[in-house]
Amino acid sequence: MRGVRWLLLKDLQILRRSPLQAVLLVLYPILIAVLVGFAISRGPEDPRVAFLNEVPPDTRISVGGGQLPKANVKDRICHRVECVFVDNREEAEERVESGDVLAALVLPSDLVNKINSLSTLTPGVPEVEVLVNEENAVKAELVDDRITTLLAQANLAIARRIGQEGSRYLDLIVNGGNFDILGQRIHILGMDATAQILIAVTPALPKQLRPSLEEVTKFATQARDNLDVAKPLIARLAQPIAVDKVVVGGASPPLEIFAIAVAATLTLAFVVVLLVAGSLALEREENAFPRLTRGLVSNTGLLAEKILLGIAVGLVVTLLMLIGMRFFVPLELDRIGLWLAAILAGAAALGAAGAALGAAAREVRAVSLLAFMVTLPIAFLSLVPSGAVSPAAFDAIRYLTALFPFKPALQAITAALDEAGPGIGGPLLHLAALFVVYAAIARLALRRFSAV
Amino acid sequence: MPAVEARNVVKRFGSREALRGVSLEAGPGERVAIIGPNGAGKTTLLSILAGIARPDGGQVDSPDGAVGWVPQQAALYRRLTVEENLLLFARLEGHEDPHASTEEMLELTGLRERREEIVARLSGGNQQRINIAIGLLSRPAVLLLDEPSVGLDPRQRSRLWEFVSRLGERGTTVIFSTHDIQEAERYGARLLVLADGEALFDGTPAGLREAVRREAPEAADRDFETAFVAYLHHRGH
Repeated sequence: MRGVRWLLLKDLQILRRSPLQAVLLVLYPILIAVLVGFAISRGPEDPRVAFLNEVPPDTRISVGGGQLPKANVKDRICHRVECVFVDNREEAEERVESGDVLAALVLPSDLVNKINSLSTLTPGVPEVEVLVNEENAVKAELVDDRITTLLAQANLAIARRIGQEGSRYLDLIVNGGNFDILGQRIHILGMDATAQILIAVTPALPKQLRPSLEEVTKFATQARDNLDVAKPLIARLAQPIAVDKVVVGGASPPLEIFAIAVAATLTLAFVVVLLVAGSLALEREENAFPRLTRGLVSNTGLLAEKILLGIAVGLVVTLLMLIGMRFFVPLELDRIGLWLAAILAGAAALGAAGAALGAAAREVRAVSLLAFMVTLPIAFLSLVPSGAVSPAAFDAIRYLTALFPFKPALQAITAALDEAGPGIGGPLLHLAALFVVYAAIARLALRRFSAV
Repeated sequence: MPAVEARNVVKRFGSREALRGVSLEAGPGERVAIIGPNGAGKTTLLSILAGIARPDGGQVDSPDGAVGWVPQQAALYRRLTVEENLLLFARLEGHEDPHASTEEMLELTGLRERREEIVARLSGGNQQRINIAIGLLSRPAVLLLDEPSVGLDPRQRSRLWEFVSRLGERGTTVIFSTHDIQEAERYGARLLVLADGEALFDGTPAGLREAVRREAPEAADRDFETAFVAYLHHRGH
């Protein structure tokens, strides 16, 4: 293995002599780190929506003769989107057409009256108007989703207010109390007090009247007890189906950690696969391969040197990237031992895969293109989540991505960065198995293609 | 005792026979030229002598062991300097003092002044000199050169052959291939003529002239290259 050391030194000298390549190796991870850092440290911007409120200022939604408190629909909407207030419909249309805003939301002047008519014998259909420019299908879909969500939230808010008012009236009927209507205060006795009075007066009544009064008392007691049950029912009317999210599998780390792991693995994969495959092909391109393997270094030694080169450069570049990411996201430095284990195992398996590609090629350019064409789609496929495609397609993707070291490297780096995800042991074993397989393929390819 | 010996060497690529029972023997310090048209089997024979390719039949022996090999295209790293290339191969050869070996080769190639130049910036002739020097780093008893003068201008050729001749004077057996008959006649003490994998002649340049005159008398008065082509034609190639 004496020759491995000198060949490694030679490859590092060549790397240093190729300023563009060396600069790219340093700049690429920094660029990725900065891009991912900005992406995960800034939330998505709210879409700009023109907002025209034609509802008269003091109009309130009435329920059963009483008025609901102001629902602050404007505040609720403008909390979710960036509202651009416009004075009239023409201005709203103009802004949508020009692309200044994604859509316009118009609350017509009769909106509240129509909502109020819902509790009358001649209910109207309350409508809001949405103006959109559908020149872009993706934009149109985004507007549809946002507006649908906003209206669902507005409907929910109104229904909750109505439910709260209904519960208050029910409470008055059951427990009694004061009720203000048309400027006058009315005292409501309530079913509870009614039942107590009836029970109290029953002994004073003639015997023949008592059974009838007991019937009334029984009704008042049952009504009091059962109407109490109606209150939660009214509350549920506003949101009949509640969501109870239970995580039963696939515990995952925070999104920003996963994003960093993806960026780090992409960097590691491209740097290691391209470097190992390219430097191996360079030995052929420079015609040095037969001279080297004529007793100066064995095929296994040559492969080991290339994989070591990939591991060394991949480790430095990926660590550099992760350190850069710490400016954006607090990564736990006390897990650096696991970082190193994941990066080293990932780099070794990716390096062996790169060696298998490089062993079969004679030109650096051809093998670089091949490495890129293999790595990129595998990386994309590795990020496809279950449920995004049909079960059969997902199974196929799962088996395919398991054959290349990208996915286990991503799993190992994710596990190394954060303890919330699955353990690191499985991915490390997977990477070790892939290393053995790809190293064997590379060894065979080198022997096969070096034969004269 | 020969420095290298090949007996009845056969090599096949699929159904094509590249070498058909070729034999060659070279003594210490001898300069042997292997000549023949393209596809004759010159590179294949040298590759087998160098141990890069395995023969399908026959036997190759080099009693002193080390056989240096210089491929036709320079096998060196163009992004390294002259000195870095020589030092790398001296280290890979396991020299005790690789720096001293590098100095020796820089002296031999006459490239001491250009030691820090990137190889890619050197002329083809100078690259070939380094290529040969790397082949010599294994301190071989036999040096195999595959068409060493291809692509060189006349001045570079002259310098190259002067360099190769000095190797012979140091006792190194040199076996080189070429398709330039005049070059072979001038720098080879012995000639092996190959055509379509078959050895047609093995002897001195004077002996080849005699054989040409005998087998192609109609071309005997013309220049040697034309006469040689006529000779090959007479032998069915």
